[in-house]
Amino acid sequence: MDRIICIENLILEYQAEEGSEPKRAVDDVSIDIERGSFTAVIGRNGSGKSTLAKTMNALLLPTEGKVYTAGFDTADAEHLWDIRQNAGMVFQNPDNQLVSAIVEDDVAFGPENIGVDPDQIRVRVDEALTAVNMYDYRKKAPHMLSGGQKQRIAIAGIIAMKPACIIFDEPTAMLDPKGRKDVLGIIHKLHDEGITVVLITHFMEEAAQADTVVILDNGRIAAKGTPEEVFSLRNVIQSAGLEMPFAADVADRLRAKGIDISEGILEMDELVEAICQLK
Amino acid sequence: MSIEVKNLTYIYSEGLPHEQVAVDDVSFEIGDESVLGIMGHTGSGKSTLVQHLNGLIKPKSGQVIVDGEDITAGRADMSRIRKNVGLVFQYPEYQLFEETCYLDVAFGPKNMGCDEEETQRRVKEAIGLVGLDYEEIKDKSPFDLSGGQKRRIAMAGVIAMKPKILILDEPTAGLDPEAKRGILQLVRDVHEHEKNIIVMISHNMTDVACMCDKVIVMDRGRKLMDGTPSEIFAHRKELESIGLSVPPALELIQKLRERGIDISEDAFTAMEAADVICEVLK
Amino acid sequence: MLRDITLGQYYPGESLVHKLDARIKIIATVAFIAAVFIVDNFYGFVIIMAALAAVIGISKVPLKFILRGLKPVFVIILFTFVLNLFMIRGEVLWSLGFLHITKQGLHTAVFLAIRLIFLIIGSSMLTLTTRPISLTDGIEKLLNPLKRFKVPAHELAMMMTIALRFIPTLMEETDKIMKAQQARGADFESGNLMRRIKALIPILVPLFISAFRIASDLAMAMEARCYRGDHGRTRMNAMKIQKRDIAAVALTLFFLAATVAERIVF
Repeated sequence: MDRIICIENLILEYQAEEGSEPKRAVDDVSIDIERGSFTAVIGRNGSGKSTLAKTMNALLLPTEGKVYTAGFDTADAEHLWDIRQNAGMVFQNPDNQLVSAIVEDDVAFGPENIGVDPDQIRVRVDEALTAVNMYDYRKKAPHMLSGGQKQRIAIAGIIAMKPACIIFDEPTAMLDPKGRKDVLGIIHKLHDEGITVVLITHFMEEAAQADTVVILDNGRIAAKGTPEEVFSLRNVIQSAGLEMPFAADVADRLRAKGIDISEGILEMDELVEAICQLK
Repeated sequence: MSIEVKNLTYIYSEGLPHEQVAVDDVSFEIGDESVLGIMGHTGSGKSTLVQHLNGLIKPKSGQVIVDGEDITAGRADMSRIRKNVGLVFQYPEYQLFEETCYLDVAFGPKNMGCDEEETQRRVKEAIGLVGLDYEEIKDKSPFDLSGGQKRRIAMAGVIAMKPKILILDEPTAGLDPEAKRGILQLVRDVHEHEKNIIVMISHNMTDVACMCDKVIVMDRGRKLMDGTPSEIFAHRKELESIGLSVPPALELIQKLRERGIDISEDAFTAMEAADVICEVLK
Repeated sequence: MLRDITLGQYYPGESLVHKLDARIKIIATVAFIAAVFIVDNFYGFVIIMAALAAVIGISKVPLKFILRGLKPVFVIILFTFVLNLFMIRGEVLWSLGFLHITKQGLHTAVFLAIRLIFLIIGSSMLTLTTRPISLTDGIEKLLNPLKRFKVPAHELAMMMTIALRFIPTLMEETDKIMKAQQARGADFESGNLMRRIKALIPILVPLFISAFRIASDLAMAMEARCYRGDHGRTRMNAMKIQKRDIAAVALTLFFLAATVAERIVF
């Protein structure tokens, strides 16, 4: 198994105020993320999922335990830039992560930082903007774009650094339905092209499309497995403050009413099929 | 109490190269104690539209008539309009500014000219209505609260003004499922307690379907449709063409009907969908 | 409206002026400013006017757009004009009570107003025709030799880039906060000075918090994108001096020489 991110017994504590008791945001978490996989992390606000994400590219360092990204220990300052180049990160607020007042200059920011040749940067920027369907907007100012478009620019800025893995920290939380659909479409396309995806989200339908789902509650892993496995645990999901994906929810309720519907339904079309077969 | 919007038009940056018609000849009415939903994607003009309802924006043409008074007229008394029509902006927690929760919630009532006693009564009531403990929270800094609590306190700041019309611009944006449910319940409680008109902008089709009596769909500044949730969500293809959708429960039922299953369309939630499906399967 | 201010804005275009190297344009602007102070008579201003008109013509930026940028500073120009008109002593041309307009006063007032207008239009030609990022890159490159003396050239340029990026965002934020507080009955327009200053608190506190949130988010995002100052950093648009840039330098020198010569001759 080729693991791109390997988290071993991670504990992360922080001090809310000076002199106060340290609070534990992440409590003894171990996760392996395979190269090329798609992992969703879900949990309520304050469950520690964003904190966990930020340990993956060394924005935060473990209090105890180890995080290895692309083979490097994140606590090893010498490989900091290798780690961040390999594990890119897209944040929640589309506005607050764009640096430059012109789209293409912003996309160039990452490659410039890692010292790519000017000619190569141009090629990468054009490729990255094309990949997120924003090439026509390359000369625009970010503040003239919609939230979904800004988020796509942010993704282009990461792709241009050619990372092996991208960590998305609630990338769709501030978007409208159309923007969310566009951004998700791009995340799936990147995954199909071989990029490892870690998606932190509040939307269960988004998590249902991953290979692996991790539920965090109070800094601990409450459940981990395939979406089929995790979303069959109604009690765990409810106590973690989450909800079932719609199709799984309906199937589960039908089952409770004594209807013999097949297990592991997550998508609307599967549910339609299953009901039609019963009829 | 009612609101009547007549042929409202608003243009951004008029006369400049990037001029844009944000609201284009929109008319509708809201009746007493009703809940109106407004849907549309970013840039459809819905936020601009609701800012006309309490006079924050003056239209280029058209009228907004609140309870018989034309608030777009030059002589309209703004302080009375703002007292009657409360507007909770998107991410309202970003407007908190006072040292304590009490003072922040009291800002609106004090501006309205309430005396100390009346202000305290209102603040107490509003904090209770948004589901927080008055005694526990009143002296705390709003900045020490959790994200969901901050939003509740910010909403209490408008609710304490006891508006007869309460407008909410995406009240659940950015929250996790549990906090979302809490905020929606809060809106229901306020509506029941205050017997006011609610106008709610939302992207969540299920919330709109479950909470609203009437829905307006906006697209590129124009009103594309209006009607009851059932009427609106019967147009799935049209909604999808402008980047919206129908509640998943309705989508499921509509897809089952397309497959020739005769099933009732009377379901907006997973629970209701399971009920109607159960009926046809048994 | 805040968004109608054109001062400091970029006007996209493909003209020769737009294409010039930012460093050359910055140097030319400095030369222009010097020239405005070198000349001290009518003929000198004709030379400057001709040069400015040529640049505007080639740049294809509409004159209307440029003049709109003058609006916000119009009050300042008027104020200095009036001040100079009445304050300078000399040969009295006209008087009203204790106010005297003198020949010298009129002369200074008119010249200063013209100088101010030239300065503003001239420097706004730089920002109008130069992409913000090129401008900051240009400043960084020009300051580079000073790095030896611990001038943080790269950091200054990066700060400018970020400021240019976030000014519109903060303006929108201000607008939103103002409206939200107005919806809660805040009144910014009436009352005496003290009351008005107090009325700003509900805007300034959230705005500060917003600005800090943006700063901390952005710092995090920049770190995640491997930003570490100018250490090992390359540029997509590497600046290269071309023939047109050399020509521009020559023309600038000629222009500067012309103004100096004019001052000596007349």
